[in-house]
Amino acid sequence: MFGQGLTRRDLLIGTAAAGTLGFGAIAPARADVNWKKFAGTEIGVNLIKSPRGDLLTKYEKEFTDLTGIKVSSEMAPEQQQRQKLVIELSSGKPSFDVCHISYHVQKRQFERAGWLADLSKFMKDPSLTGADLVESDFSAAGLLYAKNDKGEMHSLPWSVDYFIIYWNKDLFAKKNLTFPTTLDELVKTAEALTDPKEGTFGFVCRGLRNANLPPYMNLLLAHGGDALDAKGNLATDSAEAIAAAKMYQTLLTKYGPPGAAGFNWMECQAAFMQGKVGMWLDGVGFAPPLEDPTKSRIVGKVGYAVVPAGPKAQASCTYGDGIAVTETSTKKEAAYLYCQWAVSKLMGARLLQTGGGVPFRNSILNDPNVREGVKFPPAWLDSVIGSSKVSKLGLPVIVPVAEFRDTIGTGLTALLSGGDPATELKKATDAFRPTLERSEKG
Amino acid sequence: MNEASLGQAAAAQAAAASSTMGKAGRPPAWTGGYWPFVLPAVVVILAVILFPWVFTIWMSGQEWKLGQGSSFVGLANYWRMTGDDRFIESFWHTLSYTALSVILPILVGTIAAVVFNERFMGRGVLRALFVLPMMATPVAIALVWTMMFHPQLGVLNYLLSLVGIPPQLWVFHPGSVIPSLVLVETWQWSPLVMLIVLGGLSSIPTEPYESAVIDGASRWQLLRHITLPMVAPFIMVAALIRTIDAVKSFDIIFAITQGGPGTASETINLYLYSVAFAYYDIGYGSAIAVIFFGLVVALSVLMVWLRQRTQWSEAGAAA
Repeated sequence: MFGQGLTRRDLLIGTAAAGTLGFGAIAPARADVNWKKFAGTEIGVNLIKSPRGDLLTKYEKEFTDLTGIKVSSEMAPEQQQRQKLVIELSSGKPSFDVCHISYHVQKRQFERAGWLADLSKFMKDPSLTGADLVESDFSAAGLLYAKNDKGEMHSLPWSVDYFIIYWNKDLFAKKNLTFPTTLDELVKTAEALTDPKEGTFGFVCRGLRNANLPPYMNLLLAHGGDALDAKGNLATDSAEAIAAAKMYQTLLTKYGPPGAAGFNWMECQAAFMQGKVGMWLDGVGFAPPLEDPTKSRIVGKVGYAVVPAGPKAQASCTYGDGIAVTETSTKKEAAYLYCQWAVSKLMGARLLQTGGGVPFRNSILNDPNVREGVKFPPAWLDSVIGSSKVSKLGLPVIVPVAEFRDTIGTGLTALLSGGDPATELKKATDAFRPTLERSEKG
Repeated sequence: MNEASLGQAAAAQAAAASSTMGKAGRPPAWTGGYWPFVLPAVVVILAVILFPWVFTIWMSGQEWKLGQGSSFVGLANYWRMTGDDRFIESFWHTLSYTALSVILPILVGTIAAVVFNERFMGRGVLRALFVLPMMATPVAIALVWTMMFHPQLGVLNYLLSLVGIPPQLWVFHPGSVIPSLVLVETWQWSPLVMLIVLGGLSSIPTEPYESAVIDGASRWQLLRHITLPMVAPFIMVAALIRTIDAVKSFDIIFAITQGGPGTASETINLYLYSVAFAYYDIGYGSAIAVIFFGLVVALSVLMVWLRQRTQWSEAGAAA
C-alpha cells in the first residue's frame, strides 16, 4: 500500500527515476506507514555541504511529494555547520528540526547536553516506521554511535567512513610487489617502493595536526591500543601508542613525500593522483576523484584494500554521520519521517552508487541490485564490506574531541620533524589530560 | 568703516551671542532638541561596539563551555593563560609574524615607490601590474599559494631547481612556515605601501632637490637626506595600517596552514578561533580576545606615537 495522496503521476515519476539509477526494486518501505499524517507541516533541516547533503536536497521534492511535508533546508561547509549546530542548539531555540551530525566529533557532546530527541519510541511505532527499518540492519559501529548509555537511539546512522588503503598497481608491478597482508609487511613494501631519485614514495597519509589523528589511530588500534583504557583514562602514551607512533614516523619520514607534516587529505590525494605514491591510507570516499579521468592520472590503476592486520589486531578506523531530530522541535514526528527517508534503502542506494558515501545499513550494502549499480571497481566495494567486519571507532567518545585531536596531533606532527615518539606522546598526553579531566567533571 | 558703524556691528554681535548662549554663557535650553538626531548613532554605538565589549569582558570571567553550564571564576581564565604553553607560543608567533609582515612590505613597497616615481617607458602598465595582488581575495590567494608551495607539485621548487637550488619545504616545515607566510603577505601588501609612499613622493617640492643638486649632492644623498626624511610620515602611516592589519591576520594563515605544521604558525588569532569555535570554550576564548584586543591597542598606540615623533622631527628639522 502506498501513502495516502500519492498520485499515479507521482508513482510513475518515482519509478522512472529509480529505474534510471538501476535500483527499481528498491523504494522506501511504505507498508503501514502513514506518510501523509503530517502533510502541510514545514520542517527546517540543517545539513553539511557535502555529497550527502547535496543528495538529500536534490531529492527533497520526492520527500515532499511522498509526505506533504515542506522542507526548508540549509547547508554549510563542515566546520562552519558544526559550529552553527552547537551555537544554535545551546541557545535552546535552534532554527531547524533535523540536523546532520558528525558522530566522531559530536556524539558525546550532544548526548550530555541532551540536544537530540529520543527516536526509539518512533522506531517502535508502525504508523511512523517501515517494517524494514530495524536496529539490527545498522552495522555495529552505527549502533555504537547512535545509541546512548541507556540504549536509546538519538539519531539514525546515515553514512559511514572506513579507513582503507589505496594502492598504485603500476608502481607495485614495476617493483614486482604484491599487496602486504600485515602492517610490518606494509612498512617493508613502502621501503621497496620508495625511490627519491625518481620522485616516488612508498606511503602517504595525513601529517597535519588534527587531521593526522585518524590515520594514527588506525595504527594504534592495530597495535592493540586505544586512546582511552578500559577505565576511561588517557592511554596515548602507552607502549602500544609509542609503537604505533614509531611506525607512523617511519612511514612518513622515511617512505613518505617531503613535507608530509603539512599534508591534509587534499595534499595526500594530489600526490597519489600524480602516480608518485605507492599507498595511501585514508577514508573510503576518494574513489570518485581517483577514477575520474579529468582529475586523475591513475584511473584504472588503483587498488583498494582493507588496512592489513597489525601486530595485535586488524582494524579499520570508523567515522560516521547521523541524522537526528532536535529535542526542542515541536514537529518531531514529521522530522523523524524525514530522517527515515534520508536513511531509506532508496536514498542509501543512491548514496552508495554516486560515491557520496557508504550507508550504515547492511541490507543496502548486501543488496545485489544496489551493488550492480555501483560505478567504481568491485575492489572498492569489497574493501568497504571487508572494513565493516574489522571496524572500530576511530576517535574516543569524549566531549573535547577537537582538543584531543589538536593536542595529540601536535605531538604526532613533532615526530615528523625528528621528535622522539615516547617523549612527544608523553608531552602531548600530559598537556591534554587536564582538559579531559575538566570535561569529565563538567 | 567709521567708529559708529564699528560700534553697531559690535552691538549686533553681542546681541547675537547672548541670544544663542543664554544666561551666564550656558547653551540655550533648545539645544536639547538635537538629541533625537544624535540618539540613533548613540544606540548603534552602544549596541555594536560597547555592548559586545562589555559582554566579552563579562564572559571572560566565566567558566563556560557551550553545552555545559557556566559559573563565575573571576580572573581564573586570565591566570590560565600564563601557564598555557600554546597561548604563549602563539603570542610570540604573532609578534614575529607581525614584525616581518610590516618590515618587508614597507621595504619592498618603498623601493617600488621610489622606482615608480621615476619616469620611464611602460611605467603605468608596470604600476598597474604591481598593484594587482592587493585586489585579489585573500582566500583565493591562499589556495593558489598553497599549491605553489607544494614540495613536489609546486612551481616554486621548480623555479628553484632551474637555478640549481634544492627543493624547499616552505609552509610544510615548522622552521620555514612563518617566513613563507610572510612572503605571501609581502607579495599582497607591498602594493599598498607603494601607493601610500608614492602619494608622499609626489607631494615633495622640487626646490630642496634643486638646491642639493647645485650643492653637488649625489643621487644616494638626495634619497638619504631629502626623499626619505620627507616621506617618513607617509611610511609611518603605511606602517600603522600594516601593523594593525598584520596583527589581526587570519585568513591567509588559516587557509594555507591552519596554524601548522603542529602549532608552528599558530598566532593568537588562530588559537582564539580554535578555543572559541572548535573547543567551544567561550570563557577562556573571551579572555584571550580581551588580551588580544589589548595587544592590538598597544601596538596601534606605539605606531601612532612613532608617527607623532616623525612629524615632530620633521617640524624640528624644518625649524
